[in-house]
Amino acid sequence: MAPTKHYNPDRDVPAWKGGTRPYDLAKEVTLAFVVVAILTVGLAVLFGSPDDKAVTIRSWSNADQVGFAQTAITELDGTSASATYGPPYNNTPDVAQKIGPISLQQAAGIHIPVHPAQDFVLTPLSTAKGNPQQARWTAAYEKAAAKARVVDGKLNVPLGAYGPVGVMIANLTQMASSGALDAAMINGAGFYSTDYTKSLLFVADGTYYEDQAAKQHLLGEQWGMMNETGSYPGQPWLWLYTLWYQIPPFNGDNVWGANADAIVWVLMMGLTLVLMLLPFIPGLRSIPRWTRVYKLIWRDHYRSQA
Amino acid sequence: MTTIDEQAEIDAQWTTRMRKSLVAKLPPEKLLPDRQPAYMSSWIYVFGALTMAALSVVILTGIVLSLEGPAWWHLSSFGHFVNSLHLWSVELFFFFMIIHLWGKFFMAAWRGKRALTWATGVITFIAAIGAGLTGYLSQTNFDSQWISTEAKDGINAIGVGAFFNVLNFGQMLTWHILVLPIAVAAITLLHLLLVRSKGIVPPIALEADGPLDGGEGGAA
Repeated sequence: MAPTKHYNPDRDVPAWKGGTRPYDLAKEVTLAFVVVAILTVGLAVLFGSPDDKAVTIRSWSNADQVGFAQTAITELDGTSASATYGPPYNNTPDVAQKIGPISLQQAAGIHIPVHPAQDFVLTPLSTAKGNPQQARWTAAYEKAAAKARVVDGKLNVPLGAYGPVGVMIANLTQMASSGALDAAMINGAGFYSTDYTKSLLFVADGTYYEDQAAKQHLLGEQWGMMNETGSYPGQPWLWLYTLWYQIPPFNGDNVWGANADAIVWVLMMGLTLVLMLLPFIPGLRSIPRWTRVYKLIWRDHYRSQA
Repeated sequence: MTTIDEQAEIDAQWTTRMRKSLVAKLPPEKLLPDRQPAYMSSWIYVFGALTMAALSVVILTGIVLSLEGPAWWHLSSFGHFVNSLHLWSVELFFFFMIIHLWGKFFMAAWRGKRALTWATGVITFIAAIGAGLTGYLSQTNFDSQWISTEAKDGINAIGVGAFFNVLNFGQMLTWHILVLPIAVAAITLLHLLLVRSKGIVPPIALEADGPLDGGEGGAA
């Protein structure tokens, strides 16, 4: 039955009164499968897939010992990116991103606690079996470090019989080089582990990790996570999400840039909703009629109408 | 023999009513039609089937990878080949799906009460993006590391990272091989059933000179 409301070519369509023709749907689907299977095998044989080894704390500390030590001291004095990240890992005032006055990041709270000084340095060191002198130093240091502060950019630890901090960091570096730190970092969960949150945060604090990513054109300003290692296509369907980070105001040193992650996510959720509800949005749903691409798609039909 | 009382009971059954309603909505000749409207004549129509075909290859290669576990492909050359098949079928899947999406956009394929078909297509796209991302995070290599530490900031910034932790490999793996594949497959199935029940959208007509198509489809 014809509805009583006014006809809208962007919403309605007259009932089809033209003819039909035989069409073998099952054959089409089967042929499509065969074609795609052959294409997939061809691409896999020709190009394979990338598999760059994961960065371990061991490989990092062996390749860049100075960088490792410099990162370790920032974990200990609480100035590293992880130590000052804020929710969901730890409590740092005024760093959670905001959308206007609202901070969803702050609202979600500290759900995955990570305390780099303890988790990345002190706890792993306490599992190291050094000589007795080192063991006494680490024990004394752990006690004293509870009251440590940063004064004029330098770590200030109350006096104690712990030897120089340099020895500790040297020990940590040694532990890292031997691979023991990789193990110590995930041992929190017991024998089995499927959660690498802490190791990843520690590794990501170092410049070595970022240098590896920069070599593979993976940095945020290089369209970041949309790419993958090597010359592989990665996730090109994320182009619109990644685009915002490349352009003002989101890439600027301003309130937009500081809250870019939160704003871009809300923007993308809004745009997704617009795409989903497109059939109901006047103007946007008329674009197909205006662009007239449909004349090309149904050219046989319109030719037969003429 | 069915008595009159029994027949009345059977007619009132939820099962009977469900069957009757499903068959009325999607009779076998609509579910698997042997004819299509004459206007269905363009290469663009193939991309829906190609997307489905690529999804099948993605699922099949994913099943092979899951038989041996997430680290297998680093150690076995056959495993690495299956990983390559999985990667390229995913790339083809998205390529075909995006062309299909643009095709349907330029056809204004939501006309004639087909908005839900359009919306389920968009939801499939979003679910597939999640499946793709968690797939990259499940590779246990440098790509997984880097993509996870990049992705965490966006997800943390809207408070979701506290519960959906992209740095937690185990959590990402279960999303990738269970939760999201079920979501993609279920919504795709609904999308296909809607396409079959509503029929493919007739060409854009600037004026109507008769009854409107209410999603019955153009097929005779």
